[in-house]
Amino acid sequence: MLSRTAANLFWMGRHLERAETAARLIDVGQRITLLPNTEQGYQNEWTSLLQASGTADAFAAKYGEVTQEKIEEFLFFDRENPSSVVYCLEKARESGRIVRTALTGQVWDALNVAYQELRRMERIPRGKLDTAEMTEFTTRHASTVRGAINATQLRNDGWHFMNLGYGLERADATARLLDVKYFVLLPRIEFVGSGLDTYQWQVILRALSAHRAFHWAYGGDVTAGRVADFLILNGESPRSLITSLYEAVWHLEGLARRYGDQVPTTARDKSREVLDRLQNQQIDTIFDDGLHEFLTWFITEIGNIATLTHQDYLRGGS
Amino acid sequence: MSYYNEMFEGKQVREPYAMLRAWVDTMPDDFRQMKQAEAEALFRRIGITFAVYGEGGDPDRLIPFDMMPRVFEQNEWRKLERGIKQRARALNAFLRDVYGRAEIVRAGRIPARLVYQNEAYEKSVVGVVPPRGVYSHIIGIDLVRTGKDEFFVLEDNCRTPSGVSYMLENREIMMRMFPQLFRNNRIEPVDQYPELLRRTLESVAPAKCDGRPTCVILTPGHFNSAYYEHSFLANLMGVELVEGQDLFVDGEFVYMRTTQGPKRVDVIYRRLDDPYLDPLCFRPDSMLGVPGLMDVYRSGGVSICSAPGAGVADDKAIYTFVPEMVRFYLGEEPILNNVQTWTLWKDDDYKYVMENLPELVVKEVHGSGGYGMLVGPKSTKAEVEEFRKKIEANPGNYIAQPTLSLSTCPTFVEEGIAPRHVDLRPFCLCGDRIELVPGGLTRVALREGSLVVNSSQGGGVKDTWVLSE
Repeated sequence: MLSRTAANLFWMGRHLERAETAARLIDVGQRITLLPNTEQGYQNEWTSLLQASGTADAFAAKYGEVTQEKIEEFLFFDRENPSSVVYCLEKARESGRIVRTALTGQVWDALNVAYQELRRMERIPRGKLDTAEMTEFTTRHASTVRGAINATQLRNDGWHFMNLGYGLERADATARLLDVKYFVLLPRIEFVGSGLDTYQWQVILRALSAHRAFHWAYGGDVTAGRVADFLILNGESPRSLITSLYEAVWHLEGLARRYGDQVPTTARDKSREVLDRLQNQQIDTIFDDGLHEFLTWFITEIGNIATLTHQDYLRGGS
Repeated sequence: MSYYNEMFEGKQVREPYAMLRAWVDTMPDDFRQMKQAEAEALFRRIGITFAVYGEGGDPDRLIPFDMMPRVFEQNEWRKLERGIKQRARALNAFLRDVYGRAEIVRAGRIPARLVYQNEAYEKSVVGVVPPRGVYSHIIGIDLVRTGKDEFFVLEDNCRTPSGVSYMLENREIMMRMFPQLFRNNRIEPVDQYPELLRRTLESVAPAKCDGRPTCVILTPGHFNSAYYEHSFLANLMGVELVEGQDLFVDGEFVYMRTTQGPKRVDVIYRRLDDPYLDPLCFRPDSMLGVPGLMDVYRSGGVSICSAPGAGVADDKAIYTFVPEMVRFYLGEEPILNNVQTWTLWKDDDYKYVMENLPELVVKEVHGSGGYGMLVGPKSTKAEVEEFRKKIEANPGNYIAQPTLSLSTCPTFVEEGIAPRHVDLRPFCLCGDRIELVPGGLTRVALREGSLVVNSSQGGGVKDTWVLSE
C-alpha cells in the first residue's frame, strides 16, 4: 500500500473520531447551561471544555466572550478551528476522496452523504438549528461511516491504519477530557467531594456517552475514583484509555504480522510498552502520583506512538 | 442554417431511435422529473463532479446528465471505428518519425517549422523509441457529424484525454435507472474499457521489466478537475493512484513509497502535462513531478504513457496535416475527414478569414476547453471586432474553420424534448493492439442554439449507444 494512502486512511480515522469528540463537547456544554449556575456562572466550565479540546486560546482570540451561540459556532461550524465538526468531517472526506480506491463504495457513500448533508445544514440559519440536532447529526453520520467500515472493508493493512487512527485519537480525546478536571479544579480545591465536584465528573461521563454504562458497571455513587477507574483502566468501557490503547496495539500487531521482519516495528514496540504500564496501574496510585501528571505522560506517549507509526510506515522506507 | 437531426429521416423516426421514441412518448412528466432528480443524486453520491478552472464557485459542480441516449447503428459505428483506428495508427507513426529521421519533413509534406518550433516538440526525447514504438496510448478523437454519412474530426487528443469516466458512469447510471431499455435493446457494452486499458499499459512495459509489470496512474493531485476520473480508473484497473511525491528515482529505476518500503514501478500512465513530469528536465519549479524520471525513461527503466513529446501530434497546426500522415505512412486514403481549416499564418488564408470573420469559428492554436475562441455567427459585432484585433496582433496563433452545422440529438429540456447540438469523443487504445470500445463520450450543448459543448461552457453529457447486429 502506498505510504500516502496509509497516511490518509490513518487521518481519516482520526478526524472522524475528532468530529465526534467536538459534538460530545457541544452536548455537554448544552447540558451545563440547563443547571443552576455556580458563582462564576458556567463560563468556567465552558472554558475548561475548550481547554480539553486544546482550543481555548483560539476561541478567546476570535470570539472573546463565551456564549452558547459562539461556542456552538466555534465547535461546530468554524472552519478555522481544526477541532470543529465541519473542519474534521471535511478533512475526513478529503482524505477519503484522495484514497477513494482504498475504500469500499459503502464507506465512501457514507462519508460523502455526511458531507453533502453537512453542507446543506450549513445553509440553514443558525437560529433554526437546535443543539441536539447538531450533535445527533454528527454521531449518527460518524456511526454510519464506522459501521460501513466494519461491515465492508477488507481486513487488510488499510483497515489497520484506519482503526489505528480511530484508536489513538480516542485515547487522546478521553485523556484530554479527563484532564479538564485539572483545569477546573486546580484553583478551587475546596470543591473536592462537594456536589459540584460530583456533577463535574458526571459531565465527563456524559461527554463520553458513558453515563449509563458507568452505572451498569459500578452502580452506586459517582465518585472521582470510580469515574477515573472506569475511563482509564476499565477494559469494558469502550472509550477508556486502556480499551482505546488496546485497539491501537491490536492494529499495530496486525501490521507487524502482515509486513514481517523487513519492516520496522518501533510503533508496535512502544505501544506494547505503554499498554503494559497501564495494565499494571492501580487507580489509587494514579491519584496519589497526580492525575494530571499521569495524563500528561499518557498523552505524550500517544503522540510518540503516532510519530513512530509515521516513521515505520508512512515515509515509504526513505 | 439547417441541422442534421440524428433522430429523423424526413418526417420518419430513424430505425435506431424508434424504441426511444416510444419510450419518451409514454413517459409521464412527473416520472421524468423524478428520474432526473434520481440521476443527479446518484452522480452526487458517487462523487462525479467537475471543477472548472478559473470560474470559482462550487468545486463540486456536476456536469449535467441528459437521460436521452445517443444511438449509433452497427454499420455507422464500424465505419467510424475503422476511421479512428486508422487515424490513431497514423498519429503514432508520425510521432515515431519526427523523433527519428523525420521522413515526412524531408519529403516536404509537413513544414519543418511546424514540427521543430512547436512548443510540444520535446527535444529531450529525440532518438528515444518507447516500447513497441507507441507514443500515444490513449487517443481521444473529437468527432462531429453534419449529415447521415458525414463525420468530421474536430481535433485529436494525444496527451491525456479526459472524459472516459463519464462514458462509463453514464452507462452505469442508465442501466441502473432504466434496465428495461437495456433488456429490450441490444446495446454493446463499454465496461471492458478499464480492463483493456490495463492490458494496453502492460503491453508497453519496458524491456527491463521482468515478471508482471507494475502499472500506476500519476495524478497531479486531488485538486485537479479530473481527479475523480484518475481515482475511478485506478480503482477499476486495480492499480495504485500515485502523486509525484509517492515516486522517487533510485539508480536506473523508479520506485513508489509503500508501507512496506520501496516498490519498483514499470509503467506510468500519467495524467500530468510534460512540463511538470520532471523538475530536473523540464520546469524546475514543478512540485508535481519526479526528479530524475526522464533519465530513467530515456534509459528504458520505465514507460510513460503517453510518452513525453506526444503532444506535438495533436497541436491544432499539425491537425491540418493528419490526412497527409494517413497517406504518407499507411498508404491509405483517410476514412475520416478533417474539418476545412484555414491557417492564419498563410497569406491567402489570412485574407479570406479576415474578410469572412462573422461566419467562421476561430481558435487559438494551443487553446483548449472552449476558451479563447470566437464563434462568429453567435457573436456580436463588437466581439468580432475585438477578436479581429487579437488576430492581427499574432496571426500565427490562430486557425479558423467554417461554422459547422453540428448534428442534433433529442434532449430533455424544461419544456419536454428538443434537439440540441452534440459531438462525440471515442477513446482509442494503442499498445500491442489497437482497441476501441463501442461508444464514447457524447457532449451536448444544453443551451438552445449553442454550438459549444464544453462542460466548462454549459455543456452536458449523454450515454452513447452502439446497437449490435
